[in-house]
Amino acid sequence: MSSNDASAAPVQRAKTTGLHKGDIVPGVAKVDPIIIADGIRRTFGGLTAVNVDHVEIPRNAITALIGPNGAGKTTLFNLLTGFDKPDEGKWTFDGHSLAGMGAHKVAGLGQVRTFQLTKALGLLTVLENMKLGAKDQIGENIFRAVIPSLWRKQEAEIEERAIVLLKKFKLDAKSSDFAASLSGGQRKLLEMARALMSQPTLVMLDEPMAGVNPALTQSLLDHILDLKEEGMTVLFVEHDMHMVRHIADWVIVMAEGQVVAEGPPDEVMKNQAVIDAYLGSHQDVDLGIVTGRIEGELNTEAIKLAAEVKHLDENIANRKETGK
Amino acid sequence: MDILQILSNTGSSLIAPATIGYALAALGLAMHFGFTGLLNMGMAAFMAIGAYGYAISILTFGFPWWGGMLVGVGGSLVFALILGIPTLRLRGDYLAIVTIAAAEVVRLLFLTTTFDKYTGSADGLSGYHESFRAFNPIPDGTYGFGPWEYNANGWWVRIFGIAILALAAFILWAVMRSPWGRVIKGIREDEDAVRALGKNVFSYKLQSLMLGGVFGAMGGIIYALPASVNPGVYVTSLTFFVYTALLLGGAATIFGPIIGSVIFWGVQTLLSNLLPAMVNVGLLPFMTTTQSQTVRFILVGVALMLLVIYRPQGILGNKKELTFVK
Ligand SMILES: Nc1ncnc2c1ncn2[C@@H]1O[C@H](COP(=O)(O)OP(=O)(O)O)[C@@H](O)[C@H]1O
Ligand SMILES: [Mg+2]
Repeated sequence: MSSNDASAAPVQRAKTTGLHKGDIVPGVAKVDPIIIADGIRRTFGGLTAVNVDHVEIPRNAITALIGPNGAGKTTLFNLLTGFDKPDEGKWTFDGHSLAGMGAHKVAGLGQVRTFQLTKALGLLTVLENMKLGAKDQIGENIFRAVIPSLWRKQEAEIEERAIVLLKKFKLDAKSSDFAASLSGGQRKLLEMARALMSQPTLVMLDEPMAGVNPALTQSLLDHILDLKEEGMTVLFVEHDMHMVRHIADWVIVMAEGQVVAEGPPDEVMKNQAVIDAYLGSHQDVDLGIVTGRIEGELNTEAIKLAAEVKHLDENIANRKETGK
Repeated sequence: MDILQILSNTGSSLIAPATIGYALAALGLAMHFGFTGLLNMGMAAFMAIGAYGYAISILTFGFPWWGGMLVGVGGSLVFALILGIPTLRLRGDYLAIVTIAAAEVVRLLFLTTTFDKYTGSADGLSGYHESFRAFNPIPDGTYGFGPWEYNANGWWVRIFGIAILALAAFILWAVMRSPWGRVIKGIREDEDAVRALGKNVFSYKLQSLMLGGVFGAMGGIIYALPASVNPGVYVTSLTFFVYTALLLGGAATIFGPIIGSVIFWGVQTLLSNLLPAMVNVGLLPFMTTTQSQTVRFILVGVALMLLVIYRPQGILGNKKELTFVK
């Protein structure tokens, strides 16, 4: 059951379980994987941004990709979606090998993504943004474009679909405004709604909650849960552990380019490797200061880290009470 | 000072073939820059290829006028492919550098004495009018009134040019209101977002370069149609002048480029007549008539700067739909 009222208490929906085969270790095989990636490495000069031996994303489930800043989550997204090319490695989506395939072809197969830095097309209206998302448009061919009678009917259908989605995302009142006039959170919503216009099978969301005000967060979570109910697979990057616990069926933890842990959210939160992942990559920051044992000056990164640690601590301490 | 003559020359420039040629090239840049966001700084080369393609195929190969035009347009399509395939993967500012260089290469190829037999090198080409004039349906004589009095050939060139301009404006309007145009505008805003939605961005950019290039080639042909092909015309400053006309009218509009070209040529003609006349009657004691012609181009530069700073959307553009913000 979904709640559209942003102020209502989060409604816990049933988690999908039994996604993996055998013991839970990093890179564990899934019962029904939609993405299978092997030996993916991407270096920038001397820095190895991604180095994933094996990872599988379960179909028709919500998988969260977590890890500290710079862990390589966005780079992995870019690689999987064809926006970047790995030094080596191969991966399949829905049985199609994607290595070397261009981004637009990957999207054409039904694997769409959003960006960490929102890409609303500012000088297109909200409705135009939405319509752009639809696939296989007759009028997108330059020769057929000059004969409106060829594409009018399809255009009307696309518009109808766009309006339904805009209503659902509470953007319908803005449909004729330029997307540039939307707030940061509304742009995140628009980007997600636009991605859904292409009727994807896998939706990859890079930090969908970042910058979204708390009133919108709950409805965004509900939208993500709805995607699963509609048969889609979701892979999302998120820093807020509450959100991850609330909606993810499976969590994959990255640190320094590698998958260091994975499993159902509750199990993963207990994992020492996860805590290390969050702390280990910040060796330049005195952990005593971060955790509040010692007085000292914190730079902005350390302040963020301290907040993350606090979240993790709370999660671990309260894991019996929350989520019930 | 003959005020009447100055006004008459200015009035006449409003529908001159050069004005129509600029308007066509500016429509091409509206496609490239205004709608797709491609900073093509090589429009002069598309115009040169149109003009030389037209003149050479008539003079050297004996083509009829329409065959010459097809060659000019075909040449611009080939040039768009050669230019676009390696460069359209580059980001905006790199594209500007590469297109400026490519346009210089094209200009120097037409200018070099190596191909003098075909291109006339520094002398350019002329005397290719017979075939086009033979098709003139207007009976001999002089028509019109006031500043707009031309003979049959003068009207034939202008009517033909305006018809081509109207056709180009219609095509641009038709494609830009379609889903194709939506993808194009999306690419201007953020090509990665469009790619993420499954559109082949490279192919769309190439199509835009080709369509705008054809407009530019037709502009070059109309510009050269009444007189001659002169290699001194197709220099980089021609591209800047066409950009001035485009930005004056509004980069992301259909009628802006046309109105911008008309105003650009109107003001240019007015100044080129008015300034020397003012010098001669002693109103501008600090300069000579020759200097006053240079001042004209300085004023164009200043106008372009003021325009970009204070009215980037142009005369017809939507204030919200700026192309320089970001
Ligand atoms: N284009 C790039 N050039 C150089 N280094 C990069 C580039 N993209 C990412 N990196 C580096 O790769 C690492 C992983 O970055 P990223 O994938 O953005 O991390 P995350 O999304 O997990 O925060 C970081 O150290 C980052 O600085
Ligand atoms: Mg990231």
